[in-house]
Formats: sequence, structure tokens, C-alpha cells
Amino acid sequence: MTVLCLIETEPGGASEASLRALGMAAGLAERSGEALAAAWFGPPGAVPPGDLAARGTRLGYALAPAGPGGYAPRAWARALVHLSARLPDGAGAGPVSAVMAAATDRGSEVLAHAGAITGLPVAANCVAVTRAGPGELRLTRQRWAGSLLEDAVLRASPALLTVAADAVPPADAVPPADAVPPADAVPPADAVPPADAVPPADAVRPAGAVRGAGPSRGPGAQPEAAPAPGTAESVRVQVVEQAVEAADLAVRASESEQRRDGVSLATARVVVGGGRGVGGPEGFAVLEELASLLGGAVGVSRVVTSQGWRPHNQQVGQTGTKITPDVYLACGISGAIQHMAGCQGAKTIIAVNTDPGAPIVAKADYAVIGDLHEVLPALVAALRERAGGP
Amino acid sequence: MEVCVCVKRVPMVGGAIALTPDGQAVDTSMSGFTVSPHEECAVEEAVRITERHGGTVTVLTLGPPEAEQQLRDMLALGAGRAVLLATDGTERGPVATAAAITAAVRDRGFDLLLFGNEAADTGGYQVPVRVAHALGLPCVTGIKRLEVTPGAGAAGRLVAGREYRGSLESFELPLPAVVSVKEGINLPRYPSLPGRLRARRASVEVLDPGPAPAEGLRTERLRVPRAPASRARVLGSGAGAVPALVRVLDDLGVLR
Ligand SMILES: Cc1cc2nc3c(=O)[nH]c(=O)nc-3n(C[C@H](O)[C@H](O)[C@H](O)COP(=O)(O)OP(=O)(O)OC[C@H]3O[C@@H](n4cnc5c(N)ncnc54)[C@H](O)[C@@H]3O)c2cc1C
Ligand SMILES: Nc1ncnc2c1ncn2[C@@H]1O[C@H](COP(=O)(O)O)[C@@H](O)[C@H]1O
Repeated sequence: MTVLCLIETEPGGASEASLRALGMAAGLAERSGEALAAAWFGPPGAVPPGDLAARGTRLGYALAPAGPGGYAPRAWARALVHLSARLPDGAGAGPVSAVMAAATDRGSEVLAHAGAITGLPVAANCVAVTRAGPGELRLTRQRWAGSLLEDAVLRASPALLTVAADAVPPADAVPPADAVPPADAVPPADAVPPADAVPPADAVRPAGAVRGAGPSRGPGAQPEAAPAPGTAESVRVQVVEQAVEAADLAVRASESEQRRDGVSLATARVVVGGGRGVGGPEGFAVLEELASLLGGAVGVSRVVTSQGWRPHNQQVGQTGTKITPDVYLACGISGAIQHMAGCQGAKTIIAVNTDPGAPIVAKADYAVIGDLHEVLPALVAALRERAGGP
Repeated sequence: MEVCVCVKRVPMVGGAIALTPDGQAVDTSMSGFTVSPHEECAVEEAVRITERHGGTVTVLTLGPPEAEQQLRDMLALGAGRAVLLATDGTERGPVATAAAITAAVRDRGFDLLLFGNEAADTGGYQVPVRVAHALGLPCVTGIKRLEVTPGAGAAGRLVAGREYRGSLESFELPLPAVVSVKEGINLPRYPSLPGRLRARRASVEVLDPGPAPAEGLRTERLRVPRAPASRARVLGSGAGAVPALVRVLDDLGVLR
């Protein structure tokens, strides 16, 4: 059996969210003695083999749905469903028991389409998954954006899952290289059948659509000793062209226009947060000043955006942005679970609140009890003085 | 433009989330109920579309009889019709929910079906896509910018945009279509007084969605993740705490 993970690529390789998902897929595969395969849309070189090998993946599928390129949610799902129905030249990897993807906009969307195409259930935002038996997984998934966890049993073949963004720490998720299951230990070069021996799963496209495309060996390469598992050389990437239905291509992403932003909220090292306690739009001047002194960004609660005090792209929380700064200074924010869902990734939370009983005070690392309109100007003055400014 | 918006009644939880003793559900004895902000924005978007192009907004929910309140809240925002698929209150999974919604909307001739990107409580991220497939309609999710151009019959279309890695990607879909939206697509209005009065008097169409089929994903129990024990160190109060605050920021390495 094989666990198949969808990888989203970006110019540098696999996205961080996808590597996390792959880490969780690797854990499942390792514990249940299954093989691990990765699939992505794009050229075979779009994902560095080293990234796959480091997570125990030796099979890569570079997918190209027939038709115009670009992101097309239904076409991607159709191709993924076809691939999982039968791994072309799977080198003994066996049938696909689970299909996983990062719970990004695209990952969630593609798996929802895969669920609709197959009629199978989808478990969204998983944070842990193990095999309970054949065709049965035991999993933990997030509800309320992570404020609540659900333990559940998923009975489906294949199991369709998305992996929550904060499910596994990226680097620590790497399984040891020797964890690669024996079923997959066949020397790749020997296992490559003639190119036309395996028709694509959907069989709509004529044979010959599957080509071995190992980055380190040409089609005529001599069989050689199996490369050590866990090394880039152990990864074999095949290009797979999947036929999709015309209707699958009807909805396609068109060229994106670049937006210019200041310090991005999602990646800022410091976030100065403001809630209802700020009192109105004018009150944010001092938060902006503080954020710029600290080289950070301003983040706000939903009360602030629904009052129209600040734009929604500054909202932190369940229906806003998830932030992961070193320091989150939450001012005049009560700490509702939907807000905390967006700032749990902060290394340190400092609350400034008039109410020592506010939930945020219990959830923060440090607290200043007091009026933000008094504390923040004093803090700005202290920082300016420290910097030797006026 | 005939627009249908699907909304879900969810508990309004504040600073802490509490479970029923059997760990099967959120304890709602102390909480009110609401719909997801995404869905409220979907209703606002639908109202704006019909204000510009004419037509009616229908709001639809699958839930207990009490979910009528959430439908009335949406009527107060400007929706014209409401449909309740009344259950016994047992949570249905996304597959069953999508099937019930599909059956209810199939023959109503909607030009556009709007949803939230995900339900606030269960967050399944899939009901709109399943409904779209069942109806054979094009679909796109997570939308934060929407422009609808109605046309004579099938000639209508929409352009939908969303964020992708800090830039904007857009999709063009023919109508009828299914779109799920995220908060931020608009700033929902507050219900007007006449709106609230109208909503109170409006009739709600109640339908029977039939029995819930079994779901492939079976919940065993819910858990509140282990919250760190109360650990905030109080640095002081008022401006007097600023020197201590500066020291902490310095120790954390964020001062330059
Ligand atoms: C499905 C759903 C999704 C949601 N998504 C989000 C989300 O993404 N993000 C989000 O933020 N919320 C979200 N919410 C709303 C959330 O439940 C809260 O209503 C919101 O976070 C409260 O904002 P607040 O803390 O600014 O306001 P309040 O809860 O009113 O708190 C204001 C705080 O400021 C303090 N204060 C007042 N004056 C001062 C002062 N002068 N100085 C210092 N402190 C002061 C008060 O003591 C209080 O603690 C969501 C709700 C639902 C139901
Ligand atoms: N019980 C329900 N009644 C009406 N609409 C629903 C229901 N459950 C989900 N939806 C809609 O489907 C969207 C996505 O839900 P989900 O796939 O469950 O996360 C929600 O934002 C709603 O618009």
C-alpha cells in the first residue's frame, strides 16, 4: 500500500506547507509499513529530489493534465484521483491507501473535488493520523480553526485528508532514512518497465503517456546498485500525463496580479495587535508608530474590522490571518478563541489590558494591566529615547 | 439574478470552549448562536448583487428548528426568502449536508449559489464543491473578490478572485455557478430597523431533508487542546510597567 501526498510547488521547490503534509504522510507510511509517493503539477525538476528523500519518499510523479496549463481545481483533482486509482509503474508500491495534501486554499479545494468525484469522505485539517486497520484510519482533526480537536475514524479507500498548517514542525517530521518500507526497496532502474507497458489509469489517453523521467538517469541507463535510501539519487520521478474531462478545465486560474505590501502580517517578526479597546480608527496611530519602531506589522481583532476601523487584511484569527511572530503585543483584545486561533503560533504573547480577568491575560506569557492609551505612548517614548531619538 | 446563500447555525463561543460531559458536542447551554463571518459576507455579497442586478436572495440552512433564528438574522440583512431543512439537531457530515442542500436547490433555477469557505465549527471545507458536482455546475472556493455579469440565460458569467501567495489569482465562470467566499470580500451592513421588522414577519419555508445517511468519517469524541496553564507574568500596571516591558522586549531580541 502507498500513501500519496500532493505537493504544491513554488519557485524554490515544494512549499513549506506541503513539506509538512509530506512529513505527516511519511509518519503514516512509516508506522503502517507502507510506501510513500509524492505528486505535483509541473515539470519533474519542480521539487528537488533531496526534499523528497529526506522524508523517505522514493517515488515522485510530475503530473501534467492534458490541456492548457495553470491551476484548474477540478482537473488537478481528476488527475490525482486517476493517479491514486493506479500508480503507473509503481515499482511494487501497491495501491494507494491515502491521499494527503496541505490544508491550503488549493490543497483543500483539490481534495474537496477529489471527494466529490469519488463520493468519498474528506477529513480536513488533520493534525495526527494512524492506521487502525485495512481501509480504516484513526485521526485527529481541527475544528474551530484548532480551538477544538476531533478524534475520528475514517473508513474509506483511499482516505482523503488535508493536513493542518500547524500539524507538524517541518524539520522534526523527517523520519529516519532506513524507515523506507521493504516493499519499495527494489532498485528503481530494474523496475522500470517499457514505457508503453502501463497505460494511464484512465486509459482515455493512448499508451505512451507515462515516461520514466528519473532526473539522474536516462531511459537507457544501466541498472546499478540501489542508491542508499534517503539520498536524492534514490528518488525516481516519472512524468505522468493524465487525461481529464473538458469540463474539468472550464475553471482555471488566470494570471495573478502582483500586490505590493509593507511588512506582511503573516510573516512579521513582531505584531502589534489592537482590539475594541483601541476605541476607534484614530487610536491606531500609536500602534502604527510602535509597529514601525519594532519593524513589525499591525494586527487587529474582528471587532476592529467589522467596525470598519481597519481593513480586513489586518485581521488576526479564525477568519483572518494566522500569524507566527516572535512577539505578539495584544492591546485591548479580550482573547476570544477565534482570535487566539490566529495567534497561537506566536512565540511570546504580551497582553496590555485594563481587565486582569480578561481571557487573554491567562493565555499570554506577559501582561501589563492598564489602559493602552497610557501604556503605548509611554512605550513609544521609551523606545525612542533608547534609540537616541527625540 | 436569483441567488441562494447557504448558512450554518453554530454556537457563539467566547474566551473558552466547553464540551458536554460525554465529549460529543460543544456545551451550548451558556452560549448564543450565530453563522460564520464568511457566510454573513456571502449574504451581504448576494444582497449587493441583487441590489445592482435585480432578483431575490434566498437563504437556506440545514439544522434544528431553532436555526430559523439565523435565517431571520439573514433576512434582516436583506435576504428575501428563507428555507429551513429541519433536522432533529443531530450533526450531519459534509456528504449528507451537501446531498440535502443539493436536493433542496436543484429545481429552483438559481443563477448563483453562494457559500462560506468553511463552516465555523466543523470546518469541513467541502460542502460547496460537493453541491457543485452534484448539480454539474462550475465552482470556485475561498473567494475575496466577485464580479457578476448577468446575461440572458446561460450567457451570464462571473469573475472571482482570491489571494494566492500574496498576489491575486482570478477565475472566470459561466452562470449558473457555485462560489464560496471568505470574510473580507465586503463589510456586511448592520441590519436596518425596517429590515429587522420585515425579517420578524417573513415566513420561513420548512422542508424535511429526510433521514441522515451514515458518514464515512465518524466522530469518536471532541477534545479541548491542552491550553498552557495560566502563565502570564504580570509586568506591572499602567505606564509604570514600561521599563519592565522594554526589558522583556530586549530579552526577546526584538529591539533594534
Ligand atoms: C465563527 C467566528 C469567527 C471569528 N473570527 C474571528 C477572527 O478571525 N478574529 C477575531 O479577532 N475575532 C473573531 N471572531 C470574534 C471573536 O469571537 C470576538 O468577538 C472578537 O475577537 C473580540 O474582539 P476584541 O477582543 O477586540 O473585543 P472585546 O471582546 O470587546 O474585548 C475588548 C478588550 O479590550 C479591553 N479594553 C477595553 N478598553 C481598554 C483600554 N483602554 N486599554 C486596554 N484594554 C482595554 C477589555 O478589557 C477587553 O478585554 C469570530 C467569531 C466567530 C463566531
Ligand atoms: N448545515 C448547513 N446548512 C447550510 N449550509 C451549510 C451547512 N453546513 C455547511 N454549509 C455551507 O457550506 C459551507 C462550507 O461548509 P463545510 O464544508 O462544512 O466546511 C459553509 O460555510 C456553509 O455555507
